[in-house]
Amino acid sequence: MSFALSQHHHVKKEEFRNFAVDELDTGPDFPRENLKKAAERGYLGLPVPKEWGGGGEDFLTYILLIEEISRVCAATGVIVAVHTSLGNFPLLNYGTPAQKERYLAGLAKGNLLGAFALTEASAGSDAAALSTSAVPVDGGYRLNGCKLFITSGGEADMYTVFTTVDFALGRKGITAFLVEKGTPGFKAGKIERKMGLKRSHTTELLMEDVFLPAVNRLGQEGEGFSIAMSLLDAGRIGIAAQGLGLAQASIDYTTTYWRDQEAAGKKASQYTCFVLADLAARLEAARLLVYRAAVIKGAGRTCTKEASMAKMFATDLAMAASTKCIDLCDFEGASQDNPLAGYFCDAKATQIYEGSNQLQRIVIARAIL
Amino acid sequence: MNFMLTEEQEMTRKMVRDFAEKELKPGAEARDDKEEFSREIFNKMGRLGLTGIPWPEEYGGGGCDFVNYVIAVEELSRIDASAGVTLSAHTSLAGWPVYKYGNEEQKKKYLEPMALGDKLGAYGLTEPTAGTDAAAQRTTAVLDGDCYVLNGSKTFITNGGEAEVNIIFAVTDKEKKSRGISAFIVEKGTPGFTYGKKERKLGLRSSPTLELIFENCRVPQENLLGQEGEGFKIAMSTLDGGRNGIAAQAVGIAQGAMEEAANYAKSREQFGQAIANFQAISFMLADMATKIEAARLLTYQAAYLESEGLPYGKASAMAKLFASEAAMEITTNAVQIFGGYGYTRDYPVERFMRDAKITQIYEGTSEVQRMVISRYLLGQS
Repeated sequence: MSFALSQHHHVKKEEFRNFAVDELDTGPDFPRENLKKAAERGYLGLPVPKEWGGGGEDFLTYILLIEEISRVCAATGVIVAVHTSLGNFPLLNYGTPAQKERYLAGLAKGNLLGAFALTEASAGSDAAALSTSAVPVDGGYRLNGCKLFITSGGEADMYTVFTTVDFALGRKGITAFLVEKGTPGFKAGKIERKMGLKRSHTTELLMEDVFLPAVNRLGQEGEGFSIAMSLLDAGRIGIAAQGLGLAQASIDYTTTYWRDQEAAGKKASQYTCFVLADLAARLEAARLLVYRAAVIKGAGRTCTKEASMAKMFATDLAMAASTKCIDLCDFEGASQDNPLAGYFCDAKATQIYEGSNQLQRIVIARAIL
Repeated sequence: MNFMLTEEQEMTRKMVRDFAEKELKPGAEARDDKEEFSREIFNKMGRLGLTGIPWPEEYGGGGCDFVNYVIAVEELSRIDASAGVTLSAHTSLAGWPVYKYGNEEQKKKYLEPMALGDKLGAYGLTEPTAGTDAAAQRTTAVLDGDCYVLNGSKTFITNGGEAEVNIIFAVTDKEKKSRGISAFIVEKGTPGFTYGKKERKLGLRSSPTLELIFENCRVPQENLLGQEGEGFKIAMSTLDGGRNGIAAQAVGIAQGAMEEAANYAKSREQFGQAIANFQAISFMLADMATKIEAARLLTYQAAYLESEGLPYGKASAMAKLFASEAAMEITTNAVQIFGGYGYTRDYPVERFMRDAKITQIYEGTSEVQRMVISRYLLGQS
C-alpha cells in the first residue's frame, strides 16, 4: 500500500501548480486565454491517448490538473473538467473511428471545446425524465427540445446532446448525438446569472428542427442513458478535484493571512487555530478520497461508491472551508473583493452539479445497503 | 500511489477479523458488564503473533510494517475496543519506546517478551496534575548508588496492574523542566511499586485503568531508557505513533457500529417497510460510510509514513483527530438508528458509543491534536 505520489505525479503536480499560478488570469470574462494556454501545453486532452492527440497521461494526473487549476480559478477548472470527462470521454469510449477522427483529435488538442447536454428543466437528478426528442427522418434525425444549465453553452464547439427516440421506451429510448456549434436550428439561450463560477458560461440550449445526419449519433439508439451513466464516475471525481482545489485555496489564503498577522505581532486566537486544524485534517482526508477514486478509475475498476464519497466529501468541505475561513479573516474575509468570497460562491455549485450531494448519498447508501 | 493493501496486509486483516469474531465477540458484552480484563485473550493474541507485529523478528516480532499493526487494532476494535486498546498501548506506548530508544540488553530483556506476548506493557506519563500539560511532572527519580529511587504516582494507566513492563516518566532534574524528565523501565513486582484504585469508567470497561504508586521504589540504573533528560522527548515521540493506534481503534469502533446499524436498518420495519428505505436513515449511513473511509485512509497514511521512515507527526495528529471525532458521531447516530433498542444493553451499539468517547480524550485530547496541527500550519514553535 502506497500513499505517496509517484515521482511522475509529483513532478506533474508541480508543473500544474506553476502553470496555474503563473499563467491563469482570474478576470471576469469567459476564460478564453486560459483555455488557449492550457491547450498549448496539452492540458485539454490530458488523459486521452496520444494517437488521438491527447497527452496519454493517467486519470490521476488529470485529476491533479483539475485540482491545481481550480485552486487558482475554479471556473476554468470546471470548464476543463467538463471538456475532458464529458467532452472527450464520450467520443473516446463510444465514438466510431470516423467520429473520433472528426472530433476527438480536435477536442483533445484543444482546438475544439466540448460540452455535455443532459439536464433539462424537468430532468435534473432524474435524468431519465428528459423530453428532448430525436425523430428518425430520411438520412438522419430531427431534434427538438431545450437543455438547461449547460456548462460552456454558446462557447463550446461540440456538444454531446441526449434525446429520446421513443418516449414509450423510457430510459431505453434515450439516444446521444454529437452536435456542432452552428448547426441550423441549434443555438444557446440566455446566459444564466449565477452566484458563482460567473465566468464559466452556463446556458440553455435550444433545438428547433435540428437536422443531424445519422453519422452524428453516438453509440446505438437507446444506448444514451448507459453512455451518460458510464461517464458519471469520472465526472464526479473531476468535480471532487475542483472541490479539493477550492478548499485548499480557502485554507491557503487563511493560513497565509494569519502567518502575516502573527509576523506583524497579532497572535491567532485558539479558536482560529482550532478551526484551521479541523479544516486541514478534513482537507487531507478529502485528498486521499479523491486520489484513491482516481487511482481506481485509472485502473479500470468500478469506482462508483468511491467517486460519490470523494465528490460529496470534497465539495462539502469546499463549502465549509470557505464559510469558516471568511469568519476567520474578520472583515477582510467578508469583503466582496476578497478571494474567499469568490471561493464561497464557487463552492456552492460543486455541491450541486454532477449529481447533487443528496444524490451522492443515495448512491453511497445503495452501495452499502 | 496505489491505495491497495498488500497481500500480507489483507491476510492480517482476515486473520484478526476471524480471531475477533471467534474469540472476542462471544464474551465482549459480559466482560464489559463485569469490567473484567481477560489475560487469556492477550495470551491468545500473543500466540497469533499480534503482540509484536511491527518489531523485527530478531526481537520476537512479526517484522511487518505499521499498516499491518493498525489494521490489527482496527479489526479488534470493530468487535471489542477494550481488546483494541490493550494491544495499542502494549505495542505503541510500551514496545515502541523500547524499540526506538532501548539499548540491546533492554530490547532483549523487555521488547522480546513483549513482542512474543509473554509480557504485557504499559506507559505511565499522566499524573493527577499533569494531563494535557504533560511536562508538569511531579514524580521524581533520584540516583542513589546503582539505582534510581522513584517517588510519586501515575494516573489513568491503561493495562495498569496487569503489565509486567511499565515505561515510567519521572523528573531527574527539576531545574531543567521538560529537559529534566527521564524515562524508566519498571518491572511489575519491584518493591515500592504498588497500585491504587481501579477506575470505574464510562467505556473500555474490560481494559483495566489504574493508578500506579511509587514509594521509594528502587529501579536499577540500567533500566534508564535513553539518556537522562531525554524522557519528555521519548514521551512525546511515543505519542505520535500511539495516535495512529488510537485512530485505528476509532476506525474499528465506527466500522463495528455502522455495520450493526446498517443490518438493523435493513431488518427493522416501520410504516410497512424497512427503515433503511427512509432517507433520514440511509443518508446517515452514507455519511457514516464516507467518514469511515476518510478516517481509515488518514490512519493508514500515517502508518505508511511511519513505516517508510518519513515524518508522520502531523499525519498522525490529523488521523487521530478526524477518526475519533468521526467515531463519536457515528456511534451516536448508530444508537439513533436503533432507536429505543439502541439505548438498551441488549445491543452492542451503546457499548460502541461509550467506548468511542475516550478516543477523543486519551493520547492527546482532540484539543491537543488541533494545537499540534495548527502549529504545523502556522509555523509556530
